[in-house]
Amino acid sequence: MSNATTAPANGEIVFYEVDEHAHPEGHSTALGFWIYLMSDCLIFAMLFATFGVLGGNYAAGPAPKDLFDLELVALNTAMLLFSSITYGFAMLAMEKGKIAQVQVWLGITGLFGLAFLCIELYEFHHMIHVGATPQRSAFLSAFFTLVGTHGLHVTFGLIWLVTMMVQVGYRGLIPANRRRLMCLSMFWHFLDVIWIGVFTFVYLMGMLR
Amino acid sequence: MSRFRLILLLPLAALLAGCNFVVLDPSGDIAIQQRDIVVISTALMLLIIIPVLALTVWFAWKYRATNTSATYDPDWHHSTQLELVIWAAPLLIIICLGALTWMGTHLLDPYRPLDRIAAGTVVKQDEHKPLEVEVVALDWKWLFIYPEQGMATVNELVAPVNRPISFKITASSVMNSFYIPALAGMIYAMPGMETKLHAVINEAGVYRGISANYSGAGFSGMHFRFHGVSDADFEAWVAKAKAGGGNLTRAAYLDLEKPSENVPVTYFAQVDPVLFRAIVNMCVETGKMCMSEMMAIDEQGGLGLEGVNNVLALTYDKYARRGTVLGGDSGFVVGICSPEDLVEAGAKIPAIRTTPATRLIGAGLPVPAFTPISAPSSPFTAPFRPSSI
Amino acid sequence: MAASYPVETSFLFGRLTLDALPLNEPIVVATFAVVAMGGLAVFGGLTYFRLWGYLWREWFTSVDHKKIGIMYMVLGIVMLLRGFADAIMMRLQQALAFNGSEGYLNAHHYDQIFTAHGVIMIFFVAMPLVTGLMNYVVPLQIGARDVSFPFLNNFSFWMTTGGAILVMMSLFIGEFAKTGWLAYPPLSGIGYSPDPGVDYYIWALQIAGVGTTLSGVNLICTIIKMRAPGMSLMKMPVFTWTSLCTNVLIVATFPVLTAVLVLLSLDRYLGMNFFTNDFGGSPMLYVNLIWIWGHPEVYILILPAFGVFSEVASTFSGKRLFGYTSMVYATVVITILSYLVWLHHFFTMGSGASVNSFFGITTMIISIPTGAKIFNWLFTMYKGRIKFELPMMYTVAFMITFVIGGMTGVMLAIPPADFVLHNSLFLIAHFHNVIIGGVVFGMFAGIAYWWPKAFGFKLDPFWGKMSFWFWVLGFYFAFMPLYVLGFMGVTRRMRVFDDPSWHIWFLIAGFGAFLILLGIVSFLVQIGVSILKREQLRDETGDPWHGRTLEWATSSPPPAYNFAFTPVIHQIDAWWDMKKRGYVRPLEGYKSIHMPRNTGAGVILAACSVALGFALVWYMWWLAALSFVALVAVAIIHTFNYNRDYDIPAEEVAQTEMERTRLLAGQVTP
Repeated sequence: MSNATTAPANGEIVFYEVDEHAHPEGHSTALGFWIYLMSDCLIFAMLFATFGVLGGNYAAGPAPKDLFDLELVALNTAMLLFSSITYGFAMLAMEKGKIAQVQVWLGITGLFGLAFLCIELYEFHHMIHVGATPQRSAFLSAFFTLVGTHGLHVTFGLIWLVTMMVQVGYRGLIPANRRRLMCLSMFWHFLDVIWIGVFTFVYLMGMLR
Repeated sequence: MSRFRLILLLPLAALLAGCNFVVLDPSGDIAIQQRDIVVISTALMLLIIIPVLALTVWFAWKYRATNTSATYDPDWHHSTQLELVIWAAPLLIIICLGALTWMGTHLLDPYRPLDRIAAGTVVKQDEHKPLEVEVVALDWKWLFIYPEQGMATVNELVAPVNRPISFKITASSVMNSFYIPALAGMIYAMPGMETKLHAVINEAGVYRGISANYSGAGFSGMHFRFHGVSDADFEAWVAKAKAGGGNLTRAAYLDLEKPSENVPVTYFAQVDPVLFRAIVNMCVETGKMCMSEMMAIDEQGGLGLEGVNNVLALTYDKYARRGTVLGGDSGFVVGICSPEDLVEAGAKIPAIRTTPATRLIGAGLPVPAFTPISAPSSPFTAPFRPSSI
Repeated sequence: MAASYPVETSFLFGRLTLDALPLNEPIVVATFAVVAMGGLAVFGGLTYFRLWGYLWREWFTSVDHKKIGIMYMVLGIVMLLRGFADAIMMRLQQALAFNGSEGYLNAHHYDQIFTAHGVIMIFFVAMPLVTGLMNYVVPLQIGARDVSFPFLNNFSFWMTTGGAILVMMSLFIGEFAKTGWLAYPPLSGIGYSPDPGVDYYIWALQIAGVGTTLSGVNLICTIIKMRAPGMSLMKMPVFTWTSLCTNVLIVATFPVLTAVLVLLSLDRYLGMNFFTNDFGGSPMLYVNLIWIWGHPEVYILILPAFGVFSEVASTFSGKRLFGYTSMVYATVVITILSYLVWLHHFFTMGSGASVNSFFGITTMIISIPTGAKIFNWLFTMYKGRIKFELPMMYTVAFMITFVIGGMTGVMLAIPPADFVLHNSLFLIAHFHNVIIGGVVFGMFAGIAYWWPKAFGFKLDPFWGKMSFWFWVLGFYFAFMPLYVLGFMGVTRRMRVFDDPSWHIWFLIAGFGAFLILLGIVSFLVQIGVSILKREQLRDETGDPWHGRTLEWATSSPPPAYNFAFTPVIHQIDAWWDMKKRGYVRPLEGYKSIHMPRNTGAGVILAACSVALGFALVWYMWWLAALSFVALVAVAIIHTFNYNRDYDIPAEEVAQTEMERTRLLAGQVTP
């Protein structure tokens, strides 16, 4: 920004830049994506708040301790945490410019994410099967919505991840793709952070209720 | 010239004289105190509003471009003294208004039992036993239950003058707001919730009562007459109402609850004693679990997986379906206790109070000291204060 | 109107049947005829003059912030006509429905009208006008070429338009919500509103909300990242400051609206129990959540208007803004405080006295920075040379009107006073007082002020003044009677009345609405006349008002690249400073300029969203699935387009700038 034209040698005041003042494409993508993530975070905040208010209203139905299987959830949490680590490896490989490694790590991340989703769907299916449907009580509505919204985010993350793998394969690690991988990385870790909130607030504290 | 202007104002004066400014000239002590707050706050604010308006007009006139004799100082843009004044003056007014708000809100909390009948007349416990009235907002009419008298009315409320009235308010289906402008400010009537209002009427007369919150197609017709009468007239009215009316059983209530508009005044000589409690707990329908029972069960951790199937299909719909397109038909939770248990259940749970009545006292008595925010009314839990016991 | 359920649905059309067409409502049929004929005329005209290609290439697919800003303004003004039609129908109904008369609207129709009026005026008039103004002006004021994410900007605009289209569809296919503009459950739940009206409401707001949120992200990034060299935060023009705060509010509140509407739709579609009465749901939760969005929303609208008045007051007083620093701090304080006041919208719900007083007092505290702002404008006028052009007239009218609205607002903030005034016509008068007196006057001031920048000629002053006086007088005639009626204990949203002493006041209010109608007509005439007389009103200097900020440094209308050379800022009021210190416009040394390329992806994505919304309203699951898949597919395909920008060659820049040099030579530069 402070190129030579702003302070010329002869001390004369300058009102414009002679050189083209370039804002390279994507120069504010990181900031913009952060702000977007914060707005997404607010949606989760509302869902957490709703769960906080309605989480004890079982409508004379089942409570967390009747429904949750902490071992399964722990396994699920591990899947997502591992996927964050493997995404980190993908980013390290990207820094080194190793396309094949990036692809492999992205693929592993995707598999972990898929495993997470499958376990979550299994859990949902089980609950609905025993009759603990989202319609049964306000607690279950809030539970399914909060956890389901997170799951939906992971699903879109997976679609994005596959798209990125295709694009990296197609174009290589060009700046645009690096930028996108970085955004997806923020998104993925963000979902991890949200999940830690869900795990603590919904599952662990739910069992203690 | 000035006389001519006054003549021009006459039609406006005539217009205003023909109107009933019930909010500014109410007949109940609570509404009078609320009116006073409206007036005092307006006066306080006018202290700053009038100079601002005058300065705006004056500056706009004086510094118009054609007036070249006025000073022009294009670079004058800061003055520390002036900045101090323009931040401090509103601040001072707001400090006054804030104090007024804090005191007024606590003294006129609709949940707080009255401590005065009128300016200077203190409530005596034995002499002024409050009249209990249970109010239910239905689609689209008002049901008033008089538990002491064991009777109920639709769209007519009668109360003796100078006797405190204690309202318990709820609704059957959607949100409404119970408002008699001459008597006291409004409070929402919400299904599954009970709100409270304490008020007194000081002048005999007939007043308008309305729902002040839009509640659907028949909303415009959802008004009633409120009569302030002498004690003797009240007794006579009770006798008259009891002579002609029917019996408001649960079945009769479910029939009454169905939507109807511009309903004429109706009397019920008898009323099911637990009806109001059942309405608040949304268990008038036979077999439906009351909310109090449900909340007590939830407090114990729910009914477990066995409770999942404790749901029957709704046989009774208000007037539309409750099922959804993808969620299937809706049902209700089956009650475990018998309806008669309700009275006892209700009696056991103490009413939630947030304002300590003992510390707050009204006019004619010393002004209370600063009241700290009491624990049950933290900003996060208190919006849900209306109890559903 | 309650349909029998479970609802009959067919595979192809869901629950949409011929009964959904309001053929038995003559008013709607007539409206449809007028709209259809107008639409056909526009369509035919565009086809006849072969303008579709031009519109598509130069406007619909444009990523130029100036063109998008203008399209937002057009959307806002078109929807103003619809919203105002609703308003005057309400006024007419309330003026007629006395002495046993039912008026001319039944409840089914009337209840939709007041709901639509509120929704349209807030979401599809005020929001597009505010966003449009910010879009147009902010990049110019900070010396930027465009916004941070030009494609996103185009997409945001089309999503907002998509929401508006869905609302307009509800007029002719089915019905709109009958719940009031915030759709409180349980009334808006499936049990009491089984018809598609609330679903239209939900999906229109969700689609428009996506646009608004993304546009907020975009403008925040633009202001933070793309300011010209030298422009520190405390040297930004006040309008840019208020835009920054508004967009922070947008990003920090619209997700709340999104979330709460998702919960409501889960209740309505899947039978969940967030806001139902049974099964442990809590309608009060909805009221809290929606106002956590709803209160900051009013500041989202008013802050940019404050910015406009700041620019206008200092420009037309020929004087630097008084108390720039305190103005900025006041804006920021309002931004923060706006989150701490939501409960004042429902003091009457029965919260404890301490809670009510807390929220009452925080509300009053907001009046301190707002009061400081009023004083700042006042002392900007002091020792100035005030030219009473249209924008300045609106500013003075605003200052007088707004303090009255502020006063009644503080009255409503005192819980005991609110108990007698809440939901009455006093409340209606109050918020129209601040929204018309603040936002609408602000937008008209902004339009008159920046019109010459956007089109190269001024607006016709005569018709502008006509519009101004009709609006101001109309406002006072329409809403002062409502204050009076509030004191008489009259509630809002009433359809028929039984107390004849109220009648005269409703007649006066109706007359006021008629004056406002003349104001709107005069405004449209003003635009038409100005276009016809554009040669007389032409401004070739690019700086018709002796402006102070950077947007006046470039030509009118500005070239696609805004500034041939990026300006360097040394002071607040950069352009004033440049003129004062003898800035000379550079005439050579042009470089090629890097610019974003137009794309149709935004239009297609928004079209898919509208189809999705419509399908969900009518339970056409196949269409919903199809449009959703299309939405995702188009978004992915768009990401495969890496070729998103181009360079304007230096010769072209040189030619454009030489053209300007030639024009300026015929002028005396101010």
